[in-house]
Amino acid sequence: MIAFDRVTRRYGDFTAVDDVSLTIESGEILVLIGASGSGKSTLLQLINRLQDPTEGTVQVDDEDVAGIAPEQLRRRMGYVIQGGGLFPHWTVARNIGTVPRLLGWDRARIAARVLELLDLLRLDAGRLHDAYPHMLSGGQQQRVGVARALAANPSILLMDEPFGALDPVTRAELQGEIRRIHAETGCTVVFVTHDMDEALSLATRVAVIDRGRVIQLGTPLDLLTRPASDQVARFVGTADRGLKLLGFQRVADRLRPSDRPDDTARHDPISQDLPLSAALSAMVMRGCDRLEVIDAQGTPIGTIHLADLVRLA
Amino acid sequence: MLLALLSLVLLPFLRHARNRLLSGQPIDTLAALGQAGSIWTACLGVGLLLVVWPLVRPTRLACWAGLLGAGLAIAAAAGAGAGAADHLAAGAASSSRTSLGAGTWLFGAVLLLIASDAARRLRYGLAGILPVFGPLAILLALGTLAPLSLLREYAAQHDAFRAALVQHILLVLGALGPALLIGVPLGIAAQRRAALRRVAFPALNLIQTIPSIALFSLLIGPLSWLGKIVPGVSGIGTIPALIALVLYSLLPIVWNTVEGLDGVPRDVRIAARGMGLSPAQCFLQVDTPLAMPVLLSGLRITAVQAVGLAAVSALIGAGGLGAIIFQGLFANALDLVILGALPVIALAVATDLLFRLLTTFSRAALGGAAR
Repeated sequence: MIAFDRVTRRYGDFTAVDDVSLTIESGEILVLIGASGSGKSTLLQLINRLQDPTEGTVQVDDEDVAGIAPEQLRRRMGYVIQGGGLFPHWTVARNIGTVPRLLGWDRARIAARVLELLDLLRLDAGRLHDAYPHMLSGGQQQRVGVARALAANPSILLMDEPFGALDPVTRAELQGEIRRIHAETGCTVVFVTHDMDEALSLATRVAVIDRGRVIQLGTPLDLLTRPASDQVARFVGTADRGLKLLGFQRVADRLRPSDRPDDTARHDPISQDLPLSAALSAMVMRGCDRLEVIDAQGTPIGTIHLADLVRLA
Repeated sequence: MLLALLSLVLLPFLRHARNRLLSGQPIDTLAALGQAGSIWTACLGVGLLLVVWPLVRPTRLACWAGLLGAGLAIAAAAGAGAGAADHLAAGAASSSRTSLGAGTWLFGAVLLLIASDAARRLRYGLAGILPVFGPLAILLALGTLAPLSLLREYAAQHDAFRAALVQHILLVLGALGPALLIGVPLGIAAQRRAALRRVAFPALNLIQTIPSIALFSLLIGPLSWLGKIVPGVSGIGTIPALIALVLYSLLPIVWNTVEGLDGVPRDVRIAARGMGLSPAQCFLQVDTPLAMPVLLSGLRITAVQAVGLAAVSALIGAGGLGAIIFQGLFANALDLVILGALPVIALAVATDLLFRLLTTFSRAALGGAAR
């Protein structure tokens, strides 16, 4: 658990973080979202003491971080930044082994852990183990950055706009990896972004930051359905909010028992695990108003209707 | 190529004088070759033919042949000169001197230019030197060139020359050591504090603009005053020369330290701190290796500059190869000047190569990271 208690951070006259109180639960993915200069990165850096609060306290697992030596604190947390921030003069393996080496693990244990992480991030150990960062694609570099952050099994992973410089396809892939790794390790993730789609797709909760303050804290669904202010609403997106909302629920959530199988049988069925937006898209493309739904094994389990998509949950 | 031949035809090949103070009588190429014998003429011809090859068709083999040809032609010209000198000396007093004429020097210089072009095509910086200077080195080692006045000067000044060479190298090393000890920490501090940077660079730049002779003489006053209080210090000699050399070396060292550290990407520094590297670990494991190639290239400039400046410092009695040059200048003995100047040039070139190699290695240690 990470707890901000009335935290303020000023640089001279400029207030980057303004009287923020916020509790991040263990095991959640909390996304800090805001425009550039809103103070979201500062808020993140207050957790690993790359910044110290001017006022207030930050606690990690009920311990004030001000009482922990910065280096010790940072070695307990994973930290990923935009572009990866890999050490250009070290091989991929050496980069990943950074924190374990700092913690004094023995060589064999580090080597084994590096292989484990290459595997976890789906990096080809044979080709990339001894490669240098400049030989890697942007996506691969970022995977190495994530592997490096996870090396010493941290219970907290801090990510500062990690995928900001990647193309949309690579970015979506890596978001998938984060969801998977989060599910496997159960670590707490604090994720900074300025991209609302990224925030909505990853977060268990989203904190919207503006001028150093948290202007709304809630689940992605809360943000979409009940934005606290016009400002949040604008951030969430006015024109396509409904479409985003459809991206949030699965076909399985709006399923009806099969009514007229002959009618829908003409079209390819759709998987119950896809988001509602995919169902809408399929209906538009095929010019129909209902689709047959199948489960993971391909067994038909029901139908989804256009009318069910437009009904607000 | 035409220039090379013209220089042989139009300018004197050798100069012969009764003693080393007189300027000699010019002897043209055909006469000299006639006196030297047909072997040298044949070598010269073969060498020149080989040199033409890469100019006609620049294949790799032709380039190597061209390098070897240039080497052969240079060595043959020197050998022919020595042969002719031997011939001339037979009928003259022992104080008579025969030196290579302007034509021969220009000929050699043009051939070196052609050779360096061929070497560049081959992209083998170091290996290219062997065929060019090899033949000449063999002749030197065999003593074939001994009758030439330059080598007779060397024979006469053998011990003094060796001492001057050692002193010269010591001067350069003695200046670089303190300059590094002061310059690198100053550079690190200046990189971190903009205020220091604003003061340090104008000051160091100012020093750099003072002509070396002026700086040497400026130091004479305060140091001889200091010499009255502290024994061993005086306005002339090695100490003021070292001080001046250190002062000149500071700017490139400080500058390149700052540049090198500035070149370490910001996100890499943030990541290093975020991983939990202490400031010392950050500096030693991240900043230092990443800044090293730039620092080394600064050191290369500094060292080459120091080799040249150390020659000037002979004016205030610091010794070194400069002493031989100035001795020759004041005595109007051109060969003595050349005897001092050639090794200075060779030292500078060798220093340059050494640091280029070190820079290449330090870049390779970065895994060839594009910087």
